[in-house]
Amino acid sequence: MKEKSILRGRVWKYGDDVNTDVIFPGKYTYTVNEPSEMAQYALEDLDPRFAKEVKPDDIIVAGKNWGCGSSREQAAICLKESGVGAIIAKSFGRIHYRNCLNAALPALICPEAVDVIEDKEIIEIDLKRGELRCAAGSFSFPPLPEIVWEIFDAGGLIPYTRKRLESSRD
Amino acid sequence: MGQTFVEKVLAKKAGLDRAGPGQIVEVAPDVALSHDNAASIYSTFQKMGGKRVVDPKMIVIILDHATPAPTTKHAENHRIVRELVKEQSIDHFYDVGRGVCHQVLVEEGLALPGELVLGSDSHTPHAGVMGGCGVGIGRGEMASIWALGTLWLRVPETLKITVNGCLPKGVTSKDLALKLIGDLGADGALYMSVELHGEGIETLTISERAVLPNMMAEMGAKCSYIPPDQKTFDYLKGRAKRAYKPVYPDPDAEYIRIAEFDASSMEPMVACPHTVDHVRPLSEVAGTPINQAFLGTCTNGRLEDLKAAAQVIKGRQVAKGIRFIVIPASSEIYLKALQAGYIQAFIEAGAVVESPGCGPCMGNHMGVPAIGEVSISTANRNFKGRMGTKESEIYLANPVVVAASAVAGEIIHPKDLGS
Repeated sequence: MKEKSILRGRVWKYGDDVNTDVIFPGKYTYTVNEPSEMAQYALEDLDPRFAKEVKPDDIIVAGKNWGCGSSREQAAICLKESGVGAIIAKSFGRIHYRNCLNAALPALICPEAVDVIEDKEIIEIDLKRGELRCAAGSFSFPPLPEIVWEIFDAGGLIPYTRKRLESSRD
Repeated sequence: MGQTFVEKVLAKKAGLDRAGPGQIVEVAPDVALSHDNAASIYSTFQKMGGKRVVDPKMIVIILDHATPAPTTKHAENHRIVRELVKEQSIDHFYDVGRGVCHQVLVEEGLALPGELVLGSDSHTPHAGVMGGCGVGIGRGEMASIWALGTLWLRVPETLKITVNGCLPKGVTSKDLALKLIGDLGADGALYMSVELHGEGIETLTISERAVLPNMMAEMGAKCSYIPPDQKTFDYLKGRAKRAYKPVYPDPDAEYIRIAEFDASSMEPMVACPHTVDHVRPLSEVAGTPINQAFLGTCTNGRLEDLKAAAQVIKGRQVAKGIRFIVIPASSEIYLKALQAGYIQAFIEAGAVVESPGCGPCMGNHMGVPAIGEVSISTANRNFKGRMGTKESEIYLANPVVVAASAVAGEIIHPKDLGS
């Protein structure tokens, strides 16, 4: 499945330094293994409304260092499975950033936009052009590296690796 | 223009002459480290179409997160790991009880100078204590390494921290680490490599040094590095699993930021709930009542930590109603602590000594707090909910402060304990 390059969704806005322990609590990391089950625990310790009310294509807008802390991949998977279309932050915890991209969940750095986007407003993102449109105006963000597009186009790191494994066996 | 440590290592592992910040490189690690999450990694590896791992010698698996298994589900997870280890002929496997993966990797001579360790754990930068480049990655990425033998990395910018002078008596490398994180912030080294230089680092023992790269993860660092010296080489004698070649940054390397600290003016520090950069001098939080004290983890569960804590607790008793949990970071440390009499001192004081592993650090088992309780811990992370319930508070401190607090039932420096 190819990832969409134009995203449109409703904003869930959060603050700075949101760590992966509150995105996906540690007590579930060895007991909840199915991706589809993970969504119900998404942001449990940050915003209990989120898992109940999140809709497909919703967009998380966060302050600096979103996803800092533990490397747990479930923090990215639970958001992807919740239907989140993209995360825009002032900056990301680096492992969570990679986990998001490897789950084909766009993680975008656009500090100027974060400051002016309002909670619950509808915003639009053009991934290929690196453009973000919200009520307060248009913003641009740095394009994602080439290899990340290859992972997106394959539908995530799993299918990307499968494709490479298959081609190496040919 | 010269190169930093991380630029040199990543260029070498990518087969390039040089690499600069921002560049995406495809690297082949020397070590691919995982723990209890190896079962999940294997499942992803199979979903990727993987049959045989590309290089079993590269893979290291150390069970530590929930060991021995607290529930049937955890036990099943461990069973899957033991089966895959056998099936894939993975020699570097360490079963439950050996210790916390980052400490064991060092003890087993698998974290070596100039080498690249990719680990599916956020404290993988710990390998920097040996002058290695340790980078934390996700589980899916580890599965991809098992399948392909390589992974993409972005070459990071480097923050150079120089620590001048020596730490005063009674101030430890944990206090230094907390001071750095408190001053520079939880994102002070976000996506950066952190090089640690200066007299304040050189004069530390290997055990004391380990705290620093371990905790640089709490500043968002991708990796951290202490230049290997004679202490490093002596430690590795008889341990190193293979020949190694140290890598040093060039004198004219380009850094994104250079920060200098004065060790001689430092004092004991405490990280307060609920973030690691919420750091205050011990004197300001002394007197805070606690319910539990925890001495252990990859950050501060080594022999020197147990020794210092045992000296505090010897002849004293853990306060009534307080639990003092002691978990050596590895079986090697446990045995030495036993032989040296430290374990006896803990038990006589009323502490609970448990088998090596991560213990309650991330809330799995072996002494998690109740609702509303306060813990003081030698661990590296105090996030809300970290030890199991978000309705509890975690303070982080050095081993002697944790031991003294267990005796007093409140946060305290050992010098204030009285006789």
